[in-house]
Amino acid sequence: MSKAIFNIQNGPTFEGISFGAEKSVAGEAVFTTSLVGYPESMTDPSYRGQILVFTQPLIGNYGVPDGTARDEWNLLKYFESPHAHVVGIVVAEYAYNYSHWNAIESLASWCKREGIAAITGVDTRAVVQYLREEGSSLGRITVGDDKPLEYFDPMATHLVEQVTTKEPFYVASTLKNPVANIALIDCGVKEKIIRCLARRGANVTVFPCDFKIQEIADQFDGIFLSNGPGDPKMNVSTIANLKELLENPKFDKIPIFGICLGHQLLALASGAQTTKLKYGNRAHNIPVMDLTTGQCHITSQNHGYAVDVDTLPKDQWKPYFINLNDHSNEGMIHLTKPIFSTQFHPEAKGGPLDTDIMFDKFFENIEAFKASEGAKIEQKQKISERAKLNLNADVLAKERVLL
Amino acid sequence: MSLYANTKPSISSFNAPSYAPQLVEGINTVLVIGSGGLSIGQAGEFDYSGSQAIKALRESNIRTVLINPNIATNQTSHALADRIYYLPVTPEYITYIIQREKPDGILLTFGGQTGLNCGIALDQSGILAKYNVKVLGTPIQTLITSEDRDLFASALKQINIPIAESVACDTVEQTLAAAAQIKYPIIVRSAYALGGLGSGFANNEQELRQLASKSLALAPQILVEKSLKGWKEVEYEVVRDRANNCITVCNMENFDPLGVHTGDSIVFAPSQTLSDEEFHMLRSAAIKIIRHLGVVGECNVQYALQPDGLDYRVIEVNARLSRSSALASKATGYPLAYTAAKIALGYTLPELPNPITKTTVANFEPSLDYIVAKVPKWDLAKFQYVDRSIGSAMKSVGEVMAIGRNYEEAFQKALRQIDPSLLGFQAGPASEFPTKAVLDDALANPTDRRVLAIGHAMINEGYTVDMVHELSRIDKWFLYKCQNIVDMYKKLNKVTDAAQLDADLLKAAKKLGFADKQIAKSIAPELNLSEFDIRKIRKSFGIVPFVKRIDTLAAEFPAMTNYLYTTYNATKSDVEFNENGMLVLGSGVYRIGSSVEFDWCAVNTANTLRKEGKKTIMINYNPETVSTDFDEVDRLYFEELSFERVMDIYELEQSEGCIISVGGQQPQNIALSLFQNGCNILGTSPEDIDKAENRHKFSTILDSINVDQPEWSELTSMEEANKFAAKVGFPVLIRPSYVLSGAAMSVVNDVEELREKLSLASDISPDHPVVMSKFIEGAQEIDIDAVAYNGKVLVHAISEHIENAGIHSGDASLILPPQYLSNDTKRELKDIADKVAIAWKITGPFNMQIIKDGKKPLKVIECNIRASRSFPFVSKVLGVNFIELAVKAFLGGDKVPEPVDLMMGKDYKYVATKVPQFSFTRLGGADPYLGVEMASTGEVASFGKDLTEAYWTAMQSTMNFKVPLPPTGILFGGDLSKDHLGNVAKQICDLGFKFFAPNEETKAYITKFIGDASPVEVLNFPANDNRTVRALFADNKISCVFNLASKRAENTDDKDYQMRRQAIDFALPLFNEPQTALLFSKCLYAKIGEKIELLKDGNTKIPSEVLSWEEFLGFKAI
Repeated sequence: MSKAIFNIQNGPTFEGISFGAEKSVAGEAVFTTSLVGYPESMTDPSYRGQILVFTQPLIGNYGVPDGTARDEWNLLKYFESPHAHVVGIVVAEYAYNYSHWNAIESLASWCKREGIAAITGVDTRAVVQYLREEGSSLGRITVGDDKPLEYFDPMATHLVEQVTTKEPFYVASTLKNPVANIALIDCGVKEKIIRCLARRGANVTVFPCDFKIQEIADQFDGIFLSNGPGDPKMNVSTIANLKELLENPKFDKIPIFGICLGHQLLALASGAQTTKLKYGNRAHNIPVMDLTTGQCHITSQNHGYAVDVDTLPKDQWKPYFINLNDHSNEGMIHLTKPIFSTQFHPEAKGGPLDTDIMFDKFFENIEAFKASEGAKIEQKQKISERAKLNLNADVLAKERVLL
Repeated sequence: MSLYANTKPSISSFNAPSYAPQLVEGINTVLVIGSGGLSIGQAGEFDYSGSQAIKALRESNIRTVLINPNIATNQTSHALADRIYYLPVTPEYITYIIQREKPDGILLTFGGQTGLNCGIALDQSGILAKYNVKVLGTPIQTLITSEDRDLFASALKQINIPIAESVACDTVEQTLAAAAQIKYPIIVRSAYALGGLGSGFANNEQELRQLASKSLALAPQILVEKSLKGWKEVEYEVVRDRANNCITVCNMENFDPLGVHTGDSIVFAPSQTLSDEEFHMLRSAAIKIIRHLGVVGECNVQYALQPDGLDYRVIEVNARLSRSSALASKATGYPLAYTAAKIALGYTLPELPNPITKTTVANFEPSLDYIVAKVPKWDLAKFQYVDRSIGSAMKSVGEVMAIGRNYEEAFQKALRQIDPSLLGFQAGPASEFPTKAVLDDALANPTDRRVLAIGHAMINEGYTVDMVHELSRIDKWFLYKCQNIVDMYKKLNKVTDAAQLDADLLKAAKKLGFADKQIAKSIAPELNLSEFDIRKIRKSFGIVPFVKRIDTLAAEFPAMTNYLYTTYNATKSDVEFNENGMLVLGSGVYRIGSSVEFDWCAVNTANTLRKEGKKTIMINYNPETVSTDFDEVDRLYFEELSFERVMDIYELEQSEGCIISVGGQQPQNIALSLFQNGCNILGTSPEDIDKAENRHKFSTILDSINVDQPEWSELTSMEEANKFAAKVGFPVLIRPSYVLSGAAMSVVNDVEELREKLSLASDISPDHPVVMSKFIEGAQEIDIDAVAYNGKVLVHAISEHIENAGIHSGDASLILPPQYLSNDTKRELKDIADKVAIAWKITGPFNMQIIKDGKKPLKVIECNIRASRSFPFVSKVLGVNFIELAVKAFLGGDKVPEPVDLMMGKDYKYVATKVPQFSFTRLGGADPYLGVEMASTGEVASFGKDLTEAYWTAMQSTMNFKVPLPPTGILFGGDLSKDHLGNVAKQICDLGFKFFAPNEETKAYITKFIGDASPVEVLNFPANDNRTVRALFADNKISCVFNLASKRAENTDDKDYQMRRQAIDFALPLFNEPQTALLFSKCLYAKIGEKIELLKDGNTKIPSEVLSWEEFLGFKAI
């Protein structure tokens, strides 16, 4: 067992034991207060480039499940993307022996394979207190006798580019008569999001983040904007595409749903602003209130940026959800168009499933859209149109295309 | 129609401008139902829940009326409730109170199963509707649905939530038929029962037949289900408001797989072996259930989870505050009972603040950055013939909770809390597991000793995790962690030189929760290092614990909470130590002999200190208590009451002083060590306290002040023992210092018995001396509770025992003010108290037991220089808070009040009696015989205008006591050589009861006393045929048993034992002691006519005992 050191830039140093890859790393240090779901979090592309600190002190208890197992939609059964995206993890106590029917290996062995630095024996509560007071900070894990790396701010880079699919791919509904064709802009989408769409009977075509969605939007019954890592403002071309999409009256009736980064991008495309939160919201226990009904939900969250609700164009948008802890914006809904978005993660995984109903709402919008005048394009026509764009389902990749 | 005008959510949150709670209108007075005496399955947690509910109501300016005969509770205080009735928690008495108080609303979910059952009965009888009392919170129909398995099963079927397949049965035949269909093994549960009473497993028809007949004796309906032994057991605590907002506050995972009642399981929170998928699958199901059932408030959902897949079953839903919810509250810091009470008034979750952060809302789910262990406390060794297996019916009398940053730390703390003689996770005595077969059986079939069996297997017998798992089905994750402890033991075993105890090793051991004493005992014995030496060594390395906060959200938001624990798995403390607060040591685990009364003492101590401007620090680890409610003190350490930990905290906090005499025996036991290590102990010096605890010193001092005591001697051989017995004459009382089996103390009547007790049950030798004293038969026993300052008595109370001396004072019924003592005797008693106070230089509380034997001098049999079990009773009956006075004495100076004599020259217009609450029903096989070892788990007290009324009411206040009404049958049995039984029969012979005797001899005896006033019929009870016995009891409508045996049964074939046990198993009132039997017969004689009138339909008369505490006293006390 080699030693490891976790430093926070301009902050405290913590000594511990390395249990992951023999590799020193640097990134942004963030913490999650979730009690379960470390494999899900670590494979969530939104954590790209980050060093994740767990407040749940005992990590690794149930090992790591098979990251290649796939479900009936050919989606990863247990992981949220094929690989881990965090660069390192910091835990209070790693469970050297795991116990779970579903595990195929230990967290340590998986970290080693994935090249994730991992340190145990850290007073993670003290880390959280520092980050809470000083705000998000850069961190690094130095393993063994390595020379400490320079601090590195992943937020200054275009992280979405690193995680988006390089080519479109297609996830087919298992229904004989699929209920919808959905275009999904992948900024680092979680498998569960695609599953939430597919499970409701949709064919999902997943596009790279900068795909000009405005050019093909009319071939779909709904557009989904995914979650993803980093500063939303980095996604200049995606925002520009969305702006065109939103401003084209032709698409006034097409349902759009965005989650997390997708929500922020939609806000930016509408002319609103995003801000960096002091230390972000990463947890499975965050209460939000639906401002249209007053109903409260417990949500899963993972974001460092938020939409500044005061900058939302009031003639088009109203806030949809509010965070009951810090009163930050948790979603918005269009005044006239079937468009809404949430800062939280209704797909969960990990986290509570309470807001799964948001997907139902999206599909209700899709149903309404399909029934409306503007959507009388025959399915066949759509498919032939897409063939021209080489979007024929038969030729598209069936899973995300990574380099 | 819902009680709540609006069940739709609205945009309203307490920390936003849009705050507009819509509360239930017209609620000014609310009746709160308490849970009564502490019993197995329903204990201190309901004092905590009820107290929080009352706090919540008070805050909303609602007048509260509380019914609870448990006088030792914190909730029965005017600091909380506006009106308090020490009356039976029964539909009958609640109705009287409703008639008197005209409450607008009623809270049914804070008084355990008792409160719930009463509420359902009151609703069904139409009383609630008649007096327009609104049920606040969860609607009655939901309560009924959650309690009735059939209704419950169909409700869950509607929403596709799987439950264990179960069939409701009303007869034994139906039960057998259902089992044949479901297939064995089978689990039987009884509806409407607390703590799984009458539940059990059956592997075949024969076992089931027996189980079912017993269960059906206790409940009208039982459930037959497939046994899911070996599955994981997981619980969720869920809250829902009127607007359908739902949260799960906590989940918990049992160490023991399914099959052990959750109250008897070792539990960890949050769950540790569940993946995100499993965790949220069960969480979502819990929310779906609570929404479907329509709970408005708090609810507990218990699951069985497949250990190797995603299948699960709902085991049970409790739509009320429960033991688990109290645990969850303490484990998370989230006050469930408080929140549930607010929700009952109509608040929604977002409209309530998170009481910990004050700035965020209650509508959130706590995130824990620590792990909590709960371990149950059994006291089965106190009972004879009790079945020690642990299964679906709860047997533990208390529980502890420990907090750590890893499993080992929390687990080891918890084990030491259960029993300070345990070092932590350790092996049980090898003699207990002599063969592999015995050990394997102990691992596979849970008993109260299983954790020690696991320790023995892993530490001494080299069992691997896999082997223990195979036998016990305990998840390997828990066992791997236990293995870490075992490995540390091995490292420490290798330490043969003090230099090997380096900083790294000590730190590693401390991180794994090793106590200093545990380290001292694990290293080579020839090093001769004590716990104090280890402490010195580790402190020389700077190894001291860190202090962390419990803040409900894993430090995500700043929260200045005062709810603390210590850990070695940290590098930084959360708090600054600048308050120099006063330490108050709480009672620790509830067990037989120490329970809620000491919590009352601790809470009142803290209150008084705060009133006197002192900062207070409470140390306690009992999740069932009010003293561990973080708003009771300035700082709460949820920690061990060991010398090591108390001293750690004392030093860290640079505490001003420490109060060790209000938490019962446990804090007292460490007082001397604390004192000798420089801790400032308030009140009587621990050295003087020691002079009362040490038999020799105690006796010498009594002699020197001319206070009499029964003859006694400390003996080291059989010959000496015989000689002493011959000198003083039998019977004698023996207290072995080392006990092999059975009860520790006993009364011995002859030479043969003496030989047997000393050779078989205990070991007599110079190493293990036996204290023997003359046992005085037929004497009266008196309790004195007092407070002194610098050796001068400030206040004292004299309580008479109803039972003769020889019954443990904790099982005795107390009368206050005394009814049979002359002024001379009272003066003499006071004189003794004065002498004792001077001799021991007492400052603070003390208690004595004194024997009065005719005209002979009074004899002191025991003296405890600390608050006693009866402090809350005497304080509340006399209307003077003895603890408050004790604290003022501690503080000294001008705080100390003038002495006052409450016993002389005062004319009390009332009498109160305190009677024991037993839990024999839950302890299958245990002999309900009273002796010198305490057996009761709780107590209740009632007031009356005279003794008869007070005792009559108090007896009805004990749980499930059904007053026998003519023309039902009464069964007599026991010692025919004395007149007691005959006198009882004579007293009640013309009330219209049918009299029964187990044999001709008894019949002849009874007839001798009652002549032809009533015929006596002989019932021949066959041995080993419970069905026939049961039929005889049922056919003859036997409703009460008087069994006045003069000695304990020698074996289970004893007819008197069987009669007593049957009374318990058939849930009948049992009188097994002459004085209480006589007094109750007088009560029957005086009161039965009135009771029959009162119970008639349409009665509107309210009996005279129905007065509030304030009305009895004539003023509003404490």
